[in-house]
Amino acid sequence: MARYLERAEHTARLIDVRLDLGLDRGPNFDGWDFRRLYAALGLQQKGEAPTSPGALIDQLFFDATKRDSVAACVTAARDNARQVREEISSGMWEQVNALFLQLKQAGTEGTWSARPHYISRLVIDGVHLFEGVTDATMGHGEGWQYLQVGRFLERAAENEAVVDFHFARGSMLPPDHLEWVGLLRSCSALEAYCRCYTADLGPERIAEFLLLNSEFPRSVRFAAARVESALRAIAHLTGRGAGGRAERLAGRLHASLDYGQVDEILSDDPHTYLAAIGFSCAQVHAAAYQSYIMCPIESAIPA
Amino acid sequence: MRHDPRLPTEPSLVSRHPDTFVPAAGTLKSAGPTLIKVPQVLPMKPSPAPFGALFSTYDVDTPYDEMFEQTGRPHPHCRPLFEELRVASHTELGQRQMEADKAFLTQGITFTVYGDNEGTERIFPFDLLPRIITASEWRTLERGLTQRLTAINLFLKDVYHEGRILAEGVVPRSLVLSCRHYRREMRGVHVHRDTYVSVAGTDLVRLEDGRFVVLEDNLRVPSGVSYMLANREVTKRVLPGLFDRYQVKPIAHYGRALLTTLRSLAPPNAADPTFVVLTPGVGNSAYFEHAFLAREMGVALVEGRDLLVHDNFVYMRTTAGLRKVDVIYRRVDDDFLDPLAFRPDSHLGVAGLLNAYRAGNVSIANAIGTGLADDKAIYAYIPAIIRFYLSEEPILANVETYLLGNPSDQRYVLEHLDALVVKAVGESGGYGMLIGPHSTAREREVFRDKILTDPRNFIAQPTLSLSRAPCFVGQRIEPRHVDLRPYVLYGDQVTVVPGGLTRVALKKGSLVVNSSQGGGSKDTWVLED
Repeated sequence: MARYLERAEHTARLIDVRLDLGLDRGPNFDGWDFRRLYAALGLQQKGEAPTSPGALIDQLFFDATKRDSVAACVTAARDNARQVREEISSGMWEQVNALFLQLKQAGTEGTWSARPHYISRLVIDGVHLFEGVTDATMGHGEGWQYLQVGRFLERAAENEAVVDFHFARGSMLPPDHLEWVGLLRSCSALEAYCRCYTADLGPERIAEFLLLNSEFPRSVRFAAARVESALRAIAHLTGRGAGGRAERLAGRLHASLDYGQVDEILSDDPHTYLAAIGFSCAQVHAAAYQSYIMCPIESAIPA
Repeated sequence: MRHDPRLPTEPSLVSRHPDTFVPAAGTLKSAGPTLIKVPQVLPMKPSPAPFGALFSTYDVDTPYDEMFEQTGRPHPHCRPLFEELRVASHTELGQRQMEADKAFLTQGITFTVYGDNEGTERIFPFDLLPRIITASEWRTLERGLTQRLTAINLFLKDVYHEGRILAEGVVPRSLVLSCRHYRREMRGVHVHRDTYVSVAGTDLVRLEDGRFVVLEDNLRVPSGVSYMLANREVTKRVLPGLFDRYQVKPIAHYGRALLTTLRSLAPPNAADPTFVVLTPGVGNSAYFEHAFLAREMGVALVEGRDLLVHDNFVYMRTTAGLRKVDVIYRRVDDDFLDPLAFRPDSHLGVAGLLNAYRAGNVSIANAIGTGLADDKAIYAYIPAIIRFYLSEEPILANVETYLLGNPSDQRYVLEHLDALVVKAVGESGGYGMLIGPHSTAREREVFRDKILTDPRNFIAQPTLSLSRAPCFVGQRIEPRHVDLRPYVLYGDQVTVVPGGLTRVALKKGSLVVNSSQGGGSKDTWVLED
């Protein structure tokens, strides 16, 4: 549930930023070339990319048959919430349900097309509200820790993909400050970055901020730290003791980011490094799923 | 719209002739103000929202109209805008206007109106329709502003050092020395890179022939740039479709450009300089802007009490102790900057700042004493100043100006008070001003006395017919007077961010665009080639 909502918010934010940047495009640059957006979202895109803001929103926002669309993510989150309805607070359920209904209504009314910004805002604000309601009304026990794992694991993987897209060699982007601003805004990081480094934008500092900053809640390192601490708490709460596979994998990811050096990351092949982060995230996910959800009989009953 | 014989009675919303909008015969050549009347296509009954109804009371009489040529056709660069508006309804525009107003309110982009005892925080009225400037017009403005500011910086350096221009009598010495903003304390002080004015917001107006002329130089603490940026943000949100039909030069890099400019002013010995924005505090009418710029640049916003001077160095109090400050972007007037040097009753300043500045340990932007060059009497000499230092003809002209300290000018002005605009030389923000044609005999009498008491303090200019731009007022689109304030940054290089604040006199017929006097603003689009 948290994972789906995180993805919905991320997708909505990237769409919003891309549509805004598209308006500021230079004369020799097609602002409505959305292949970049798909690449930054890490999506494989089948068939032609949409060529107008309207078509993009149709496809990436409202097309519930595409499993990565915002609508599909919100629907899936709502379905999940329903299944654990008795575990989550009513405030949480109402928030996710309200978001679902608002989105559905906006989709049928079609009023969004003239001002796509507002539909993105609806989702971003809705998800923020859900996070706030969750933290304020649900006991911070095991269930809440699972939500943390989902949210931050997704966030780490998403941000890794966006950064990778901007730093990978042969990137499809024109190397101007507009795109760097776009990258920071894609991670809601522009203001936080400026507070940290002033408004001088340097690729190295941007990479450092988005990957290695310990205080910014959308940096990969911050997310990895949260995943690790949530998994540790779950291990404790479920009486498994420390040192399970998921926890160790998450700890390793976190440590590699804690001691990472941005100059090394960028001077070697940034793509390899970032892809490894993405792979670690997937491993953590698989391990956590294996230990806590699947509960295979071999591991549950000591031999 | 041309009447199309094939469509005799069709109340079409979309014309077949997208770029023509010719007023009905007979309305153009009439003696009075020309009304663009939409030809009545439906003879039986008027449609509830007839085509182009938004323009039904729009007159394209002189002065220059930013949207229409004298013939009633839109300027070529305004056609896409016009096409959008022609098919728009007032409800739709009203809806977008509401969204825009709400965005400003939520962001807290409000303005404090002095001298108004009631609520004092209002949103700065925003007009939805953009004002559009072509690439070639902009190039002229850019060159003209760069030239002007270059000359002004040379002038300030000269006046505060050897005074060549005064010795040669190009600018009267008495005029400089009697200026309220002339700072003796700055005599012989070395200003880093000789950049006195690094941030300027020059007010331009467009005359009947379409030329831009300079109305005022704002060289002390020009404000409004945050409105320029906020207007753009909001316009992109509420009118993305229209925006997409144009290639508009981006302006969002202003904050970074300002930081780069400030960086170039840092004292040479500051390795990793610390910047601050100095604000008078939350009570100031432009506080929003101070916070906005600090946030855009990622630097600290401080008040005078957050700073202190020790051993001629400036420090900022932080939770981790004192931190040396190298560059101050100050939004506090000279008078209040340092109670030891200037007004002793100032609580906004920092004691000892002037000495730290004179010792070269801190840079202040704009420098102290720049108000001399935007004194409205010195303004009259700027063309001569440009010729003197640059041996060039001014690219942007001045408005004709009478100096009341000058006996022959004074005689003429006092005889023609009802036709002229009289301004106090050191005031800004539309205060201390008499607009002759809109004044009462009593007001003129008061001003006559003021002038005779202190003639040096006043100038007069002809009442200009500022250009007018279409505005969405009530339920219609009507022309309103506008000016333009572009923002010039002067550091290692000169940056004129392509755009500016277009201020609008929202009251019908009014010529006062100042935000403190109930004016509003518009987004300003500078087009790519």
